[in-house]
Amino acid sequence: MDVQDLGSAFVAAMALVRHGDPDMLAILGLSLRVSLAALGIAALVGLPLGALLAVARFPGRRAVVVALNALMGLPPVVAGLMIYLLLSRSGPLGAWGLLFTPQAMVIAQAVLITPILAALSRQVLEALWEEYAETLRSFGAGPWRAVPTLLWDGRFALLTVLLAGFGRASAEVGAVILVGGNIEGATRTMTTAIALETSKGDLPLALALGLVLMVIVLGVNALAQLLRDAALRRAG
Amino acid sequence: MVTRRWLPALLLCGIALPAWAQDRSITLASTTSTEQSGLFGHVLPIFARDTGITVRVVALGTGQALDVGRRGDADALLVHDQAAEERFVAEGHGGPRRQVMYNDFVLVGPGTDPAHIAETHDVAAALLRIAAARAPFISRGDRSGTHAAELRLWQQAGADPVTGRGQWYREVGQGMGPALNTAAAQNAYALTDRGTWLAFRNRQDLRILVAGDTRLLNQYGVLAVSPQRHPHVKAAEAQAFIGWITGPAGQAAIAGYRIHGEQLFFPNAGSPG
Repeated sequence: MDVQDLGSAFVAAMALVRHGDPDMLAILGLSLRVSLAALGIAALVGLPLGALLAVARFPGRRAVVVALNALMGLPPVVAGLMIYLLLSRSGPLGAWGLLFTPQAMVIAQAVLITPILAALSRQVLEALWEEYAETLRSFGAGPWRAVPTLLWDGRFALLTVLLAGFGRASAEVGAVILVGGNIEGATRTMTTAIALETSKGDLPLALALGLVLMVIVLGVNALAQLLRDAALRRAG
Repeated sequence: MVTRRWLPALLLCGIALPAWAQDRSITLASTTSTEQSGLFGHVLPIFARDTGITVRVVALGTGQALDVGRRGDADALLVHDQAAEERFVAEGHGGPRRQVMYNDFVLVGPGTDPAHIAETHDVAAALLRIAAARAPFISRGDRSGTHAAELRLWQQAGADPVTGRGQWYREVGQGMGPALNTAAAQNAYALTDRGTWLAFRNRQDLRILVAGDTRLLNQYGVLAVSPQRHPHVKAAEAQAFIGWITGPAGQAAIAGYRIHGEQLFFPNAGSPG
């Protein structure tokens, strides 16, 4: 890839955006929907789990924390393969008929980012809990009651945790290409489209799609930052 | 709370994923060569217009596509490894196999041609020269149809490239496109199907050096996955696809696909397998 290729990638990226290429918009829309859905599911499971681990003390807690930290590095292709075998018609959940659908990609991404949300929120909230523990206990609040309070008070720090999860989900290709199948018009996402164009040797187009994806992810992060700032100001 | 207010919206996004139990669609496990050459982009819309059936293509190597069929994860297969296809049928996973079309494999390599294979039109002689010169050769190494064809050609030439494994004989374990990208970057030889080659954009110094040997024939076949073994498969739609692609309309659509005026695939459903 030389300077000329980079230049033509920028030109191609501009053209894709300027013409609002409908195929690309559909692919982009699917990417965002899949990653946001996965983020929603992972947040429902991961954030309360992280908060609970931050406040609760039970035997084996350290082992759970270590396991979650390790799962943050779960190779996407391994997660993808396990979900592939689960969802395959010959697998235990085959009757659901989910393999090669967007739902399968949501499951794969949710599995990948739930440990990230749980492990990072555990760390963020543990620090907060150390500050608050005395006060909350003096109100007679046990660990279970403290979980919602902690999640609420840690909401600004947790936004960064959510963005980390979203970033990993939207950048992922190994798992979604396995369980989604990269089917045109059905399960082709930005990352699998980039992989496909690279395969076809159309490196400028692949890079152009990559640039578009990066700009979108940047936009999501900027939007989150703005929301956070606005909320902070209102909270005074 | 930011998250609490957002979660329902996020979940709605999940639910709003395309409702895509479309009335009639089949999943076709096929090869990277047919997808990446653009053939399906040309042919499948015509099929959808004729029959109202959408074909969802999962493009894999032939070995992997056959595995997807064995697991019941596709309704039909369009692949190019006759021996493996016949095994699939013999094992009762589906069939019968119908032949659809052919094109040819070509040996590509750098313009400098260090093994001097461009002088020969005999693919076996060319491979022997590459092995003798220990010139870099990129193998798919992924149980694809092209990989099977390559191994068969080495065997016919009486050479065993595996002795050069990790040195001049390099197995990338990836699709045709990535293998060509690697060959282009390393100025190496490679066997490719002509369709992928014609659609491939990152050739750098690579060019076709040997073509036209009858042993380079690349035959594609189509099979339905057995509804006896996998009751959920869409047998009627799969049969409709197979009937169409081997019939006059499908065969004409295949013949009509060209890149830069060059025909990529030659229909031959009518001739004996």
